[in-house]
Amino acid sequence: MKDQNPPVEVHDLTVSYQKKPVLWDVDFSIPESKLIAVVGPNGAGKSTLIKAIMGLLPSVSGHVLIYGKPLDVQRKRIAYVPQRETVDWDFPINVRELVTMGRYAHLKIFQRPSSDDKERVERALEEVGMSAYAERQISQLSGGQQQRVFLARALVQDADIYFMDEPFAGVDAATESAILDLLRDLRLKGKTVIVVHHDLQTVSDYFDWVMLLNLRLVAFGPMETTFTKENLQKAYGGQLNILSQVLELTRKKEFIREPGHE
Amino acid sequence: MATFWIILTGSLAAAACALVGSFLVLRKQAMLSDAISHAVLPGIAIAFLLTASRNTVPMLLGAGAFGLLTVYLTEKLSQGRIMSDAAMGIVFTTLFAIGVIIVNLFAGQVDIDQDCILYGEIAYVPWDRWFYAGIDLGPRPVWILSFVLLLNLAFVISCYKELKIYAFDKNLAISMGIPVGIIHYALMGTVSFSTIAAFESVGAILVVALLIVPPATAYILTEKLHVMLLLAVFFGVSSAISGYYFAWWTNSSIAGAIAVMTGIFFALAFAYTKWIKSKTQKELKEAQIGQSVILETTSN
Repeated sequence: MKDQNPPVEVHDLTVSYQKKPVLWDVDFSIPESKLIAVVGPNGAGKSTLIKAIMGLLPSVSGHVLIYGKPLDVQRKRIAYVPQRETVDWDFPINVRELVTMGRYAHLKIFQRPSSDDKERVERALEEVGMSAYAERQISQLSGGQQQRVFLARALVQDADIYFMDEPFAGVDAATESAILDLLRDLRLKGKTVIVVHHDLQTVSDYFDWVMLLNLRLVAFGPMETTFTKENLQKAYGGQLNILSQVLELTRKKEFIREPGHE
Repeated sequence: MATFWIILTGSLAAAACALVGSFLVLRKQAMLSDAISHAVLPGIAIAFLLTASRNTVPMLLGAGAFGLLTVYLTEKLSQGRIMSDAAMGIVFTTLFAIGVIIVNLFAGQVDIDQDCILYGEIAYVPWDRWFYAGIDLGPRPVWILSFVLLLNLAFVISCYKELKIYAFDKNLAISMGIPVGIIHYALMGTVSFSTIAAFESVGAILVVALLIVPPATAYILTEKLHVMLLLAVFFGVSSAISGYYFAWWTNSSIAGAIAVMTGIFFALAFAYTKWIKSKTQKELKEAQIGQSVILETTSN
């Protein structure tokens, strides 16, 4: 199903928290089938942007279109992976039950998960490498495992657009590469993935497009043209020293790796 | 026969409260039950005044309205700079005070006294009969509590998956388009109904014990949601039964004894989980020591 409209359009979005603006007049349109990183300093409004797009936070002005239509009629086409810390991991459910929640978007009231729903859950658990842990209590998971379970839950939502809030934060190396594989797999299937990302060193390796945010939209576009020193400087301001080191590092990494790719 | 009716009343109240109280505990909003149990007073008083009788339906409606008003005002206030617990403190004390004044002003016309509201009168339940067309149908509180228990059961069973996702990950539920607002207020409505139905018997303060303590006891014992709900009901009913005999034995207040029993069950469960934990830790340590001994001997 090909759509004429872009997956996500945001127009003049302003969000404030107790009269203090946290996002100011943000306006952009996201292309289809891309891995998009949202980066910016702490308090730049990265999570706020995602939450406002999903209607979890009230916005002062502006509107959001999902494939050209209002959010409320398109909710089944979006999936959300919140930050891990936002839920209580002592909640009395196991891994399978948590992942099954992803199917609730497709179930009506009174309706119980069908055998098809259950199959999808098992498949998603396998995809994130958590099948062996299906019966495990969620309180007994490591940080990386929690993140995998969250991703599996988003996978069973069977959406077209995925919003992920810091999925790489505090996970082990194995999980990091597993998540990356998963993101690339989603892109291959034509999905659009928007990820809040904190690690500047990996941005250009992992993503196609980048959005630099600091209250306002500083820059948004393909990695090569947008992830530049000038734009980073604009977004991060005074922390330039660290930044130039980071850029240096990423350049070096690319330089070293490129011959191997060819 | 009186004993039977009192125990039945206590058990029904405990079961109804445990079902919805479990979700308050899971949502970490346990103290909202305290707020609601106090803030429903003006609702009851107004219902008494308007109907000039202890009619149940207006009482439930009045209490329900003020219960939801408490939740709504608390949320509205805490959107600003006021913390949600402070907002709750402001709202429920104000509403309760208004209730106290209404009761005081119209004390002559209202058959309602503050002792009864605070401590309940479960011992008089067997004599509070419900007559319909001249036929004695049994104690009125038993009917009301049975109705509320059925209502809560129907709510929890029919909206089980919505309640589950609402309690675990509210943001995800909203992002999916699940009517979280309706679920939230429906839950608060059932909490209000349970509170008003139960507090005639056990009082406004002790109803909080029934809403919170048995679910908390169940919570620390199990890691499955449906088991938690069943255990919460079990501990609630057990407290009601044992509390009655505890009161009879010590010749004290039945409502107080029931609340004490919920506390005793919790303490036992707490001690049990601590004991299990230290036991497994000890075993783990011994296993580790054993392993390192093996490692050492093999490396030698």
